[in-house]
Amino acid sequence: MALIQQSSPHTRHARSTSRIMLWVMIAALPGLAAQTLFFGWGNLINVVWCIAIAIGAEAAVLSLRKKPVAFFLKDNTAAVTGLLLGLSLPQFTPWWVSAVAVISAIVLAKQLYGGLGSNPFNPAMVGYAIALISFPVAMTTNWAEANMLWNAPGLMETLRAIASGGQTTVDAWTMATPLDEYKHQIASRTAAEVLIHPTFGEGVARGWEWVNGAFLAGGLLLIALRIITWHIPVALLAGLGLMSLAFGTNADLYAPLSLHLLAGGTMLGAFFIATDPVSAATSHQGKLIYGACIGALIYLIRSWGNYPDAVAFSVLLMNFAVPFIDHYTPPRTYGHHKPRRGVPGKQG
Amino acid sequence: MTQLWDFAGGIHPPENKQQSTGRPIRYAGLPQKLVLPLQQHIGQPAETLVHAGDQVLKGQKIADVKTGVGVPVHAPTSGTIESIQPLPVPHPSGMDDWCLTLIPDGQDLWGERSPIADYRQLERDAVLERIRESGIVGLGGAGFPTNIKLRPPRDRKVDTLILNGAECEPYITADDMTMRERANEIIGGLRIMAWILRPERCVVAIEANKPEAIAAMRVAAEDSQTEILVVPTKYPSGGEKQLIQIVTGMEVPHGGIPADIGVMCQNVGTAVAVGRAVYLGEPLISRITTITGQGVSEPGNFDTLIGTPVSYLLNLAGLDTRSLDRLILGGPMMGYTLQSAEVPITKTSNCVIAASARELPPPPPEQPCIRCGMCAEVCPMELLPQQLFWHAKAREYEKAEHLNLFDCIECGACTYVCPSSIPLVQYYRHAKGEIRVQQAEQLKADRARERFEARQARIEREQQEKELRRKERARAAADAQARKQAEAEQAATSTGIPDQRADKAAMVQQALARKQAKSRSQQNAAAQSAPATVTAPETPVVDIPALEKQLEQAKAKLDSMQTMLDETRTANADNLDKLERAVAKNVDRVTRARDALDNARQTAEPGTTG
Repeated sequence: MALIQQSSPHTRHARSTSRIMLWVMIAALPGLAAQTLFFGWGNLINVVWCIAIAIGAEAAVLSLRKKPVAFFLKDNTAAVTGLLLGLSLPQFTPWWVSAVAVISAIVLAKQLYGGLGSNPFNPAMVGYAIALISFPVAMTTNWAEANMLWNAPGLMETLRAIASGGQTTVDAWTMATPLDEYKHQIASRTAAEVLIHPTFGEGVARGWEWVNGAFLAGGLLLIALRIITWHIPVALLAGLGLMSLAFGTNADLYAPLSLHLLAGGTMLGAFFIATDPVSAATSHQGKLIYGACIGALIYLIRSWGNYPDAVAFSVLLMNFAVPFIDHYTPPRTYGHHKPRRGVPGKQG
Repeated sequence: MTQLWDFAGGIHPPENKQQSTGRPIRYAGLPQKLVLPLQQHIGQPAETLVHAGDQVLKGQKIADVKTGVGVPVHAPTSGTIESIQPLPVPHPSGMDDWCLTLIPDGQDLWGERSPIADYRQLERDAVLERIRESGIVGLGGAGFPTNIKLRPPRDRKVDTLILNGAECEPYITADDMTMRERANEIIGGLRIMAWILRPERCVVAIEANKPEAIAAMRVAAEDSQTEILVVPTKYPSGGEKQLIQIVTGMEVPHGGIPADIGVMCQNVGTAVAVGRAVYLGEPLISRITTITGQGVSEPGNFDTLIGTPVSYLLNLAGLDTRSLDRLILGGPMMGYTLQSAEVPITKTSNCVIAASARELPPPPPEQPCIRCGMCAEVCPMELLPQQLFWHAKAREYEKAEHLNLFDCIECGACTYVCPSSIPLVQYYRHAKGEIRVQQAEQLKADRARERFEARQARIEREQQEKELRRKERARAAADAQARKQAEAEQAATSTGIPDQRADKAAMVQQALARKQAKSRSQQNAAAQSAPATVTAPETPVVDIPALEKQLEQAKAKLDSMQTMLDETRTANADNLDKLERAVAKNVDRVTRARDALDNARQTAEPGTTG
């Protein structure tokens, strides 16, 4: 008898990393559907393009690093990075801008740090931030007008616009995001005057409210499946909300809370991006601090910063703080009076 | 309804218990040979009391621990001791250890048994001694001597006695079947333990997935004050610390024992053994062991003699060697794999799983940790398994210890849920082992240093003592010398020598005076011979005319130098510098000579007037 020799436990629960990543992608589908329905084909094309580039870049670096390519590609994490970028980028982003963002994310932010699990920064947000800083015009002027799918430019037209790499003028189909619009108009007008603009529609922000609602639904699915915990999204939304209530209740000066929550990338950021486990804080307490600080930073940057949306920068800034947060927020172990904070030798 | 608490984390693995609960407990019978390891408990190994070839009776003590912690080993049946030699024992490493082998004679003849009719008439220590002499250890898995556990430190009062019938590990049903079929024996043993400890509360905790056992225990406990507590099914509720938390809401302090918070846990099987030892006078020579898994066709529980080979039990349960892939002693969460079935059942062997590759497939290859935190969600000790893993892997043992690595109970919940299939517990075991080795080495080094320092201190001390003795000797010698001299003086006084001595002293005085006078005159001479030397104020005699003469000479020299310098200046010669320096020097000299003269005059005047 050749018996297997193995260390306990001998039984495992079958939910692999690749299955988890698959669920993340499935949970993002309602949001993608809403984006397509309200803003046309742009996001869908971006998602397909970004995932393809992401897998290609991952495979290239893995083979350069002499790692088993198929084994690592199966974990689906590169596809998730591509998907998140595709969901975040403006609908008419030129193809090469998307490619730069995705390649930066996979090669610079992930593989150069040692691949899956070793990256201190959220890869998708590194890619987004690099694209935003390098190509600010392309990244801010290519947002599609909120038009139902059947009124928006067709699939081929959109493809042509994206493939032309910025050569084709798409001004007729694009507009600033509601947050951007509000921020710039409120300086000279009252809230009532600003909100007349068609981008705000009848509700909070035309189309955007549905997209955010769909991402919220997908996020709740992830919590129900126990793929993410509630701590980061709830803390993030609470941080953003509290900042808005503390500093921006006057709608004639600052964007109202409803716009903060339902326009822009708030829900995508709260449930899909800030919850990236690799670059987030570890313990429950740490996650609450991490999430709340991201929420507060989003408000600060949106209200007083130069960039229209702030999820990427807020997440990256808090990624820096994660090791520090982790040091000071370990849970209290069974049988101990208090948690052992700080680093060895220095009891905190 | 009694209040229950929850413990952190926990998992719900497939139970797989029904396979082995379908049949009643079967007697395993007598195998061809029994192998009895000398160490089946925590503590010192037992020493043999018999020799190869000896005839022994059932229940006869054949090995005992003479000094230190431990319990004896008894012959499970009558027969002949065949050998005393190292043989494979159940251990994760598959190591050999000293064992007695016993060939049963088939008679199964009991030796002397002394049942205790009424233990209440005895001293508690006498009952504890009976428990020790019966070789009873905790049958739940660890094998700690029960008599020691039942005697908590004097300042600790056990308020709550918990009988652990949770049996949370999948597959294992030994306690379940014991409770179903031997509920009265359990309550009987519990009564003895309760009499020893006098707790305020006796609880039998059973997981909710054992309704038959719960019913049987309720019936058996009817006329006792024992609570039958149904605890929610969640692994690892049967862990001692977790069960205490469920039942009492308290936590065993880090580094402490349950008695520190007034709680004690005993396994239900241990209660049966205690009851038999006291009421029947029978030592621990058998136990209930579950044989299960897809590798056997008739899984179930066996009343097994200690020392029965695992292979014998597997055959009783209908082993199919073709489907056997993995042999686990214990449960699938915390048990360890056996390298061979030719090892004996010991006092702590509660289950053997003959698993097929289908039911317990090998884990998929390890992937990188994505810090998803599921391990932390399920950890019953509220540790940070992923951080421990990083530190263990990076050999940052100090950091791992800081995050309470040693509080890990190795329950395996983290590994069970890890999506990256990382064998986390294995990393922790390795890290713990490494740290223990380091600590042992540190201890060794510390001792060596202490020894060295002690030696250095001793050598130094001896040196000092030697020195001290030497000085004392010298002083003693000096004293003796002085005494001798004094005696001599005494003798001289009596014979008139002191006169001579006084003359001598006067002569010495005169010589000294002469010498002083001479040195004084020499000093004066030196003062005169030195050009413009400072007149020492203490010099009593000053030669003023000589000083005046010196001053005159210096002045004359300065004048001539000055004229030379003027000439050179007008001629603008090369040696101007040199001359200037010489003039300056001479000016200096004149000044000093004048000062000396003034000084001399001043000191001379009072001398002349007074």
